[in-house]
Amino acid sequence: MFRFIGRRLLVAIPTLFLVITAAFFMMRAAPGSPFDLDRKLSPEIEANVLAKYGMDKPLGQQYADYIGGVVRGDLGPSLKYKDKAVLDILKENYAVSLRLGLSAILIASIMGVSLGVMAALRQNRATDYWVMTVAVLGVCIPTFVTAPLLVLLIASKLGWLPTAGWNDGALANMILPITVLALPQIAIISRLTRAGMIEVLHSNYVRTARAKGLPEHRIVGKHALRAAILPLVSYLGPACAGLITGSLVVEKIFNLPGLGKFFVISALQRDYTVVMGMVIFYAALILVLNLIADLLYAVLDPRVRLV
Amino acid sequence: MTGAILTPGSRKGAAAMEVAAVKGRSLWDDALRRLLRNKAAVAGMVVLGVLVVLAVVGPHVTPYAYDQINKDDVWLGPLTNGHLIGSDSLGRDLLARLLMGLRVSLAIGLVATFVSLVIGVAWGAVAGYVGGRLDEVMMRIVDILYSLPFIFFVILLMVTFGSNIILIFVAIGAVEWLTMSRIVRGQTLTLKHKEFVEAARAAGLSQGGIIGRHIVPNLLGPVVVYVTLTIPAVILAESFLSFLGLGVQPPMASLGTLIANGAQDMELAPWLLVFPSLVMVVTLMSFNFIGDGLRDAIDPKDR
Repeated sequence: MFRFIGRRLLVAIPTLFLVITAAFFMMRAAPGSPFDLDRKLSPEIEANVLAKYGMDKPLGQQYADYIGGVVRGDLGPSLKYKDKAVLDILKENYAVSLRLGLSAILIASIMGVSLGVMAALRQNRATDYWVMTVAVLGVCIPTFVTAPLLVLLIASKLGWLPTAGWNDGALANMILPITVLALPQIAIISRLTRAGMIEVLHSNYVRTARAKGLPEHRIVGKHALRAAILPLVSYLGPACAGLITGSLVVEKIFNLPGLGKFFVISALQRDYTVVMGMVIFYAALILVLNLIADLLYAVLDPRVRLV
Repeated sequence: MTGAILTPGSRKGAAAMEVAAVKGRSLWDDALRRLLRNKAAVAGMVVLGVLVVLAVVGPHVTPYAYDQINKDDVWLGPLTNGHLIGSDSLGRDLLARLLMGLRVSLAIGLVATFVSLVIGVAWGAVAGYVGGRLDEVMMRIVDILYSLPFIFFVILLMVTFGSNIILIFVAIGAVEWLTMSRIVRGQTLTLKHKEFVEAARAAGLSQGGIIGRHIVPNLLGPVVVYVTLTIPAVILAESFLSFLGLGVQPPMASLGTLIANGAQDMELAPWLLVFPSLVMVVTLMSFNFIGDGLRDAIDPKDR
């Protein structure tokens, strides 16, 4: 198992390197610079500013410097936010995104698995159809539709919840963003669980468990569920990517102080270092989550051996 | 795409497997029969057909042009002054903009999916056929690309080269081919060793004949299913970009830009949000119903 982790980390490093390289040169190829203002800077001042951030050197040299910095754990200063290091921006803002993302995935897992199991146990009956209809809707209605519609209905018209803002993470401010993030995941998870459950309920060992006379709740809850939720574990990686994508929209609509908001703004303002820092952060996050998913898979399914 | 597989022409491939049967039903006949029995899929096809006609014909017959600014018609609600579903902050007719946006979104869906289809099938088929070390390297590349936060790269692409529609096609298509290549490779690998392929080889059929008559028709099923599921994913991706202000630029419209603009003004003019959202959801749903129906029809063991 440690060899497996070691090998995966060995693959992860070149992957991250690839990400950094691609993002670095794409960002630099973009027209404009972080120091473009409405008023044109005089050439002397511009040269000074460029020199301050080492951007007067040839591009190859800058790239080498940046990689060197990353290896030492230094992501450089932000080019737009004065006196702020990229690492500080990440540290100050990741907590909001993380809290939203984790709550959403937790709620989505619980709801999705319960709905999926319910549907599977009553296959082709009314409950099943209802759950699957909701699941299809959940997949088809994108976050940037649910978010404004929910705000319009529940926050603006009914006034039950605040329309936007973070308010130091008050529960009322978190309900709508988490709901919006969780809905599509609930849909996908319930579909996966239903499919897995139906397949497992027809397998031989469940029949054996029935023949032994085990009560239904133990067959479903212990024997079947464990195998049925296996596909969910491998869904963890894509789910995380979906949450990140969703958080870009949700943080924009609800005006939350998370990381997602920074990415688009920084990319548009050509704040090279902040964009790079976020790309590295998210790429590393996805790589780690995929690794965890593979390990979990092996723990849950004894047939899988890690080599 | 759906039309292509259901035409009699492509039935030949599958029919070759049933040479002995007198008027045997081919696989595609069976699939079509099953598809037409699926109410959701049929409904999806009908609705999608209507939407396509609206998107193609609509912008030519609306009384206003999609980018026509009418100073006197600002913020009009539905059914006023000839604006069937209202007008926006510049007095532009929402119906005209919505039909144009639908056209743009559908076009992006089709073209970007085609890009992903070409790259994915070529990549996957080569990896599957040739096998060995090349296969390993090619699929390792796919694995690595898979683990990247791709939406960031699409955003970076849009920022780098400015948003124009061609780039949106390429960027999204280039992201979506990964799954396609995996599906095609897996399918090619299993088909290569199937008994009927061996039988065809034993009967003296040429390599090209085996590929044309046996591999490709059997590859087509999963590919077609995946294509119908990719189109809505692409439409979604484009709308997502447009929502962040990186996609289609005004005065051109896509469903995503319309929803984004509608969300900004929803307190004042909820119709600007509601109608585009509705069209978006209906479009995505009909594609998903057709995709699910096709999957059940072509690969009945999954039901």
